[in-house]
Amino acid sequence: MKLTALNEIHKREGAKMVEFAGYEMPVEYSGIKDEHLAVRNSAGVFDVSHMGEFWIKGPHALDLVKKISSNDPTVLKPGQAQYSCMPNGKGGIVDDFLIYCFSPEKFMLVVNASNIEKDWNWIESQNEFGAEMENSSDEISLLAVQGPKATEILQKLTTVKLSDIRFYTFETGSIAAVDDVIISATGYTGAGGFELYFENKHAEKVWNAIFEAGKEFDIKPAGLGARDTLRLEMGFCLYGNDIDDKTSPIEAGLGWITKFNNGRQFVDRDFLMMQKKEGITRRLRGFVLKERGIPRKGYQIVNSEGNQIGEVTSGSISPVLNKGIGLGYVAKEYSAFASPVWIKVRNKNIPAEIVKLPFI
Amino acid sequence: MKIPADLKYTEDHEWVKVDGDIATVGITDFAQGELGDVVFVEIETEGEELDKGETFGTVEAVKTVSDLFMPVGGEVTEVNEALEDEPEIVNKDPYGKGWMVKIKFNDSSELDDLLSPDDYKKMIEA
Repeated sequence: MKLTALNEIHKREGAKMVEFAGYEMPVEYSGIKDEHLAVRNSAGVFDVSHMGEFWIKGPHALDLVKKISSNDPTVLKPGQAQYSCMPNGKGGIVDDFLIYCFSPEKFMLVVNASNIEKDWNWIESQNEFGAEMENSSDEISLLAVQGPKATEILQKLTTVKLSDIRFYTFETGSIAAVDDVIISATGYTGAGGFELYFENKHAEKVWNAIFEAGKEFDIKPAGLGARDTLRLEMGFCLYGNDIDDKTSPIEAGLGWITKFNNGRQFVDRDFLMMQKKEGITRRLRGFVLKERGIPRKGYQIVNSEGNQIGEVTSGSISPVLNKGIGLGYVAKEYSAFASPVWIKVRNKNIPAEIVKLPFI
Repeated sequence: MKIPADLKYTEDHEWVKVDGDIATVGITDFAQGELGDVVFVEIETEGEELDKGETFGTVEAVKTVSDLFMPVGGEVTEVNEALEDEPEIVNKDPYGKGWMVKIKFNDSSELDDLLSPDDYKKMIEA
């Protein structure tokens, strides 16, 4: 099993550790709800160093990135980041990922830990352009400092004016006297804050400085458990649950990152264009349970007659709403907002309602 | 992790306290730690006669759901109603206020199958 540079610190903090994507990762420290609410109300820190980072460089870098991406990277200026999908050539998704534009000849792609090898092989197979590729996943640590107090806390550690870094932009600067940190106004929680990329050898130093600076705000370490409930409250997709090799970005509600403009040729363009024009038969939707219960991945979504019309792909209790919430694919005729559906929780069909995302 | 010496245990991480012909049942400190934040406890078998090993309820935690099994056969005579409003007491006080049901058992020989504190400790450390 692989370890992140902060493995010992997590154990010292009393984290419950689990195997995830080949890494030993903290799933919770003080408890999922406690960490969740810390991020919503103040600040929390996630070690997400298991994520993968690929560099695409050289005069043909953009050619490669624009071919593999559902979103349009040609609009990116240096210092901007973008959320996107990699269509798989068969109507499904290889992975969802972030594209960071450093220059027209230098991009960083951030991919899911569980897909590092698959993504690398896929991108390599599409690289008819001769773009330079470099996998830095094992050398880079990534901390997500999230929550309404994140900016104030991190500002103590840097001269970079953090409030000037707009959502989905980034700067490279010094944090806690560590140079060349990529300071990115992104995250997977909907609570605001930053993601910090830096070399592994600085990990303990950066971690300790953040907790020292965040003491007065009761900043907390947060694990994969809270990361999942936080992203679910925002309706963000999780690869392997809500999107995978068999779901298209259009079905998943990711039409907003599937761009056909400028005649850009990319993997699955024609198929996705057809889905967009002619419509789809199922759609990823959010739903809220109207009675007590917690939806879980794999539970059936049924109609008033009890016939299956879909399946839950992610589910939990929302710590903010204190209600069961979930995402799932439902047949198109049941996908309108406010449609009544039922979730089959063990032997009971619990009433639910299709709602707009985010949940909170 | 606490494993009180005056209780019996099951392989499903429940504890059993015997008083006359009544067994009080809850989940162990280890179990609540593994489950994490308990969100609700659903027990709808009050008054029912169930066999040893049958499901008498479920515990829903944020991350996962787990069935609760009868450690001995008998009638579920009482359910801890405090768990309705305050399920988190299962995390805070698993052996005390977080108890789940009382069972009037039929066959005291079934108690012989339960684990001693030492055996339970060995099981979770294995």
